[in-house]
Amino acid sequence: MNLDSKIPEGPLSEKWTRYKDSQRLVNPANKRKLNIIVVGTGLAGSSAAATLGALGFNVDVFCLQDSPRRAHSIAAQGGINAAKNYQNDGDSVERLFKDTIKGGDYRAREANVYRLAEVSGNIIDQCVAQGVPFARDYSGLLDNRSFGGAQVSRTFYARGQTGQQLLLGTYGALSREISRGTVKLHTRHEMMDLVVDNGVACGIITRNLETGAIERYAAHAVVVASGGYGNVYYLSTNAMNSNVSAAWACHRQGAYFANPCYVQIHPTCIPVHGDYQSKLTLMSESLRNDGRIWVPKKKEDAEAIRAGQKGPQDIAEEERDYYLERRYPAFGNLVPRDVASRAAKERCDAGYGVGPTGLAVYLDFASAIQRLGREVIEQRYGNLFQMYQKITDQNPYEVPMMIYPAVHYTMGGLWVDYELQTTIPGLFAAGEANFSDHGANRLGASALMQGLADGYFVLPYTLQNYLADKIYDKAPSVEGEAFVAAENRLKERIVKLLGVKGHHSVDHYHKELGKVMWEYCGMARSKESLAMAANEVARLEAEFASDVNVPGTNDEFNPELEKACRLADYFELAKLIIADATQREESCGGHFRVEHQTEDGETRRDDDNFMFVAAWEYQGHSAPETLHKEQLNYEHIQIVKRNYK
Amino acid sequence: MNFTLHIWRQENRTAKGHFETYQISEISPDCSFLEMLDQLNERLINDNIAHPVCFDNDCREGICGMCGLYINGRPHGNDDGVTTCQLHMRKFADGDEIWIEPWRAKAFPVVKDLVVDRSAFDKIIQAGGYVSVTTGGVPDANTIAIPKHIADQAMDAAECIGCGACVAACKNASAMLFVGAKISHLALLPQGQVEHLDRARNMIIKMDELGFGGCTNTYACEAECPKQIKRQNIARMNREWIGQLFGRDRKN
Repeated sequence: MNLDSKIPEGPLSEKWTRYKDSQRLVNPANKRKLNIIVVGTGLAGSSAAATLGALGFNVDVFCLQDSPRRAHSIAAQGGINAAKNYQNDGDSVERLFKDTIKGGDYRAREANVYRLAEVSGNIIDQCVAQGVPFARDYSGLLDNRSFGGAQVSRTFYARGQTGQQLLLGTYGALSREISRGTVKLHTRHEMMDLVVDNGVACGIITRNLETGAIERYAAHAVVVASGGYGNVYYLSTNAMNSNVSAAWACHRQGAYFANPCYVQIHPTCIPVHGDYQSKLTLMSESLRNDGRIWVPKKKEDAEAIRAGQKGPQDIAEEERDYYLERRYPAFGNLVPRDVASRAAKERCDAGYGVGPTGLAVYLDFASAIQRLGREVIEQRYGNLFQMYQKITDQNPYEVPMMIYPAVHYTMGGLWVDYELQTTIPGLFAAGEANFSDHGANRLGASALMQGLADGYFVLPYTLQNYLADKIYDKAPSVEGEAFVAAENRLKERIVKLLGVKGHHSVDHYHKELGKVMWEYCGMARSKESLAMAANEVARLEAEFASDVNVPGTNDEFNPELEKACRLADYFELAKLIIADATQREESCGGHFRVEHQTEDGETRRDDDNFMFVAAWEYQGHSAPETLHKEQLNYEHIQIVKRNYK
Repeated sequence: MNFTLHIWRQENRTAKGHFETYQISEISPDCSFLEMLDQLNERLINDNIAHPVCFDNDCREGICGMCGLYINGRPHGNDDGVTTCQLHMRKFADGDEIWIEPWRAKAFPVVKDLVVDRSAFDKIIQAGGYVSVTTGGVPDANTIAIPKHIADQAMDAAECIGCGACVAACKNASAMLFVGAKISHLALLPQGQVEHLDRARNMIIKMDELGFGGCTNTYACEAECPKQIKRQNIARMNREWIGQLFGRDRKN
């Protein structure tokens, strides 16, 4: 199959306008006859569902939590980027576009990223109109802060809870459409399979998580906005219920999965402290505005700290190595996430790490508190400091925070074209679930921007273009053979998982999988480590299939069964991540192959051979997947070595 | 650390529930409350003792509002300003007996064990907890200037995570802190002005209809709110209610 990204003709800055001017529309009377399924109620899903509902389509929206307001977008802390140039510091659409492409290490599609930058300002307007309480300065106008990978201040924020406030905005819009009857809400429903009839997506199979009932839903188009797959590493900053299964079901039915090896490891998370740990907590990137990252210059000092004989206060100023400021004077503590994470790992691996495990570095606010006063710092980051203190029992106003990188976001996802349509006609993917805008590394405060761009301003146009043809079709029905087959497939899977009744819990295998992925396919990867990972994953998967213990039945509220279904998909995904990381013989963004680095330890891309999107086609459970390449053509931007020095 | 746990077990919505007692040992003080329950479940599964205990949880960083346990008679347990997922075992003494129950309120029926149905909150928001704008066609964000102290107050109210601790803490199972927070958030901002009286009326009527009780004026809700939402929001809600009784904007 030929991968057609359907990028419109014309100069970059006119592509989206031209597309909108020439796309097909559906008249209001026909909109009422068209059904759309939206899976997921994070920023992308709920903004899409609300907007499509308001346009007049019949929308069914699904989430697996008890309320759409729980989706994990809610946990985003720092902010949302937009090229408003309210600070008069030289920002523009062009500059946001360039920063995003460069931040993604030249592995994102130009046209998509430009469109993202173009609609970024509309998002802020929309959110303010909804009553999102963004931070303001004393003039009453909107305030901004800086984020990694940018030299302008373009990040809008609502204290440390920007994601929450944006999500409550979309949740409000969604609630309004629910009350108007254009959107039907299905909570505690998990999408378990995609139904494809004659090559076209026509519905989904869900499991009602409270009763176990398997249900069928038909529609003229399906939007999957089910988030990322970071939990394949078990420990990540994702929510416990975040999973790949909805996206993976689409992949199994024929949708290509792109760039799975691009995983973002976030530099500022609270370090791991015990085997029982279930998740890692992020400390917002915004902290790097005022916090300085350091480790001791002398190994003896680091050793003494690890042994508990010294504390950070015992290390004199000139004995501290502010390694980001040293290595990257131009961006300092605000280098992009992948760069900051690798630098932390480098120091810790070299023996300069602090904390009881040696896998931590300091994030120090002493100089900011001295300069600005404790009150200002409290205003800016109060809730983050409180969260840190609750978890670690240490007061970050007095002692520097300890942080270490952790899995945070996945740039890879379902392959989509310019219209956000996957390789299955009628199936669209939005937000973190697709691969399209961040290349090999996402800049901070861009995930919220992309989720809302897709949902509010892209899908409502591109879906109409697709649905314009569908007005001649019969109303979709759930009685067809494709639905029966999909339902039977699912029932078989469930019976099999419940029937094993082995010796270990699902979590046991998930933790093991996570350790393997983190160790051998995490921040640094090599041919050998990836081969090791492949073996270990295959071994664990076989053990899981023959020795897992899933208690209970299908016909009840059964979280263990939910987890088992998801883990089965993670095993398949893990194999694909490893395959993708193995074929990509270069380092770029979040993907770091130790064989491909410069003398000073930076990533070394291979633009001649790897300037492509790797889109994988599923070939059955145990067969290797087929690789398809979408060449990236940079017409507008000049490609250079990514340099933050 | 070692604990004796008394946990509410209930098969489903219609079954009769009861307390079940479990012993748990070798728990790290740095472990969170939910991680302690994870370890209990792991042991229940591995030793085939009983079905694991069901409890709602998701983000585990105190923002999604999904978790919520009634621990030794207090919603989210004995630490201030935290959700259950942020409560750590260091807040307990070794050997403690811990009673764990679901939220208790008529409007929040038990689904299973410690899981309750909070869709009543969604229904209240659907009754008007938003500004009625559709996508597109809105003015530039900076055309609406809002004094910083007003924006800050709105944000204080908007921080509510919808966990339901306020309802669980209240003898009357009143939802007024939750509803007041949303009404305040939008009533304080110019964007919310157009609909503020209708909004208050519709949300309050819906709240009553769903079986939440009236305010007891003891402010247990404020004391137990993990986001420390202030009771002034209830006062503002009452003011909006009275406003709509006499207000000119009233439809019908």
